[in-house]
Amino acid sequence: MDQSTRDLSIGSWPAGLTRVPYWVYRDPDVARDEQTRVFEGPVWNYLCLEADIPEVGDFRASFIGTMPVVVARTEDGSIAAFENRCVHRGAMICLEDGGRVKDFHCVYHAWRYDLSGNLKSIAFRHGVNGQGGMPADFRMEDHNPRKLRITTLYGLVFGTLADDAPDIETYIGPEITARIRRVLHKKVEVIGRFTQALPNNWKLYMENVRDTYHASLLHLFFTTFRITRLSQGGGVLVSDNGVAHASATRGAPPQHDTSYAGIRSDDQGFHLSDPTFMNGRNEFGDDIQLQILTVFPGFVLQQINNCLAIRQTLPRGVERMDLHWTYIGFADDSPDLRAMRLKQANLVGPAGYVSMEDGCVGGFVQRGIASADEELSVVEMGGGAADSQDTRATEASVRGFWKAYRSVMGF
Amino acid sequence: MGDAETLFRLSGLNAAYAAAIDADRLEDWPSFFLEQCLYKVTTAENFARGYAAGIIFADNRAMLADRVVALRGANIYERQRYRHVVGMPVLGPTEDGAIAAETSFVIVRTMRDGQMDLFAAGVYRDRVREDADGVLRFAERIVVCDSQRFDTLVAIPL
Repeated sequence: MDQSTRDLSIGSWPAGLTRVPYWVYRDPDVARDEQTRVFEGPVWNYLCLEADIPEVGDFRASFIGTMPVVVARTEDGSIAAFENRCVHRGAMICLEDGGRVKDFHCVYHAWRYDLSGNLKSIAFRHGVNGQGGMPADFRMEDHNPRKLRITTLYGLVFGTLADDAPDIETYIGPEITARIRRVLHKKVEVIGRFTQALPNNWKLYMENVRDTYHASLLHLFFTTFRITRLSQGGGVLVSDNGVAHASATRGAPPQHDTSYAGIRSDDQGFHLSDPTFMNGRNEFGDDIQLQILTVFPGFVLQQINNCLAIRQTLPRGVERMDLHWTYIGFADDSPDLRAMRLKQANLVGPAGYVSMEDGCVGGFVQRGIASADEELSVVEMGGGAADSQDTRATEASVRGFWKAYRSVMGF
Repeated sequence: MGDAETLFRLSGLNAAYAAAIDADRLEDWPSFFLEQCLYKVTTAENFARGYAAGIIFADNRAMLADRVVALRGANIYERQRYRHVVGMPVLGPTEDGAIAAETSFVIVRTMRDGQMDLFAAGVYRDRVREDADGVLRFAERIVVCDSQRFDTLVAIPL
């Protein structure tokens, strides 16, 4: 994998994981290949929560990459997902984001599908007054939208189009699977949904999420209020295949910390007049204050104190993406804990004290590299490997992303 | 207060609120609220479904002041400004001395490079009451945006 295994029309990629060519964020052919090799390849794509579709007939519209899909709870209680594209002329079968139905009808010519995406009837199949209609030998069972293989993990619904995708726990690895369980250990409830449109290639966002090095440098809010500083305890786990990562910030920050002296984000004069919203509850029974977790290609699970959210990263063209935020709590939250989640949600999302900078920094890169197809970015903090490390002053999990990416892309 | 006077005073409050934000007098923004207040930015879909979370959520005036301090001193974002266009309030019932009102708004955002976009449209769902000095202030302002999609970031309050 350290060698290019196919010819690159746009440029070359040096061996190793410490350099990333900028054309990978800009080239339309690469973006097209990503749809087939990454999103429709041997990966697990996050689709929705089981809590989104609890009852028979409940559905949720989602995406794998740019492919629209429908996820539904079927008559036998299982979950099915299929491409949201009528097999007749290609129109979307389902036009709503979610709801409850008996079956699905394409509005264009009223072809009807069951909850599993099987074509069940065709309007005027036998014609009208003995004229027209489909040929007698047309077999509906030979015409179905592409169906996904579904798996669930602690209330998360993942789907794949590849027969050769490993089981989900092998894909994510045992250590990081345990970190998903740590957060999603009981019944969740959706408390809000927002979409943030970002002016950058989707990979720039996923690198940013995996980048444990930037968090306390770019985000002054975190650093100043000692929510996370790199000199606090913590580290990053990276799965062997690079697919998954989980970073953690542990315990209290040191009282007299000079490791940030002179860096812009160290502004000791800044204080909150209502600091109560940072007095979170220790709801997970350990010393992890903050955990950010990703699963390749586009899934993020976030625990920042009591603020829990799922983020789904979806490409929208080469230089645009949508970030779908689902804010969650637990069904048995006390009113007190729920109120704390609402207050701490100020940290994240499009107006988040922290996330607002992540919203624009990808665009700064995208604009900065407008003429840099032959240049390379440097991803060398913490060495050259994509390994778990006991520090966050590293880019190990960013290298993990590229390890997983180059493996499926054949770069 | 008769309806005409109420409408007149609410329109004045809305105009002053919008002017403070659009003229970058953000430090004045919290003063349009009572000390005990709720300010939330959400979407029509979240509102309809009863989802409680907002992208901005403050349940007291100090949290509003903190947001301004963060925007001035902590957060990094490109220079930009808003232009609010605010409609005529539709009055609801008055309960416990608080006037309910709904007011449409449109916000155009202009970035430092001159790029102008229709940034947000929606309705302010307000509860307004007089403070001890008889000045109308927001006890509650729920900013319900028509779209669930926000471009890049929402730095300046809506």
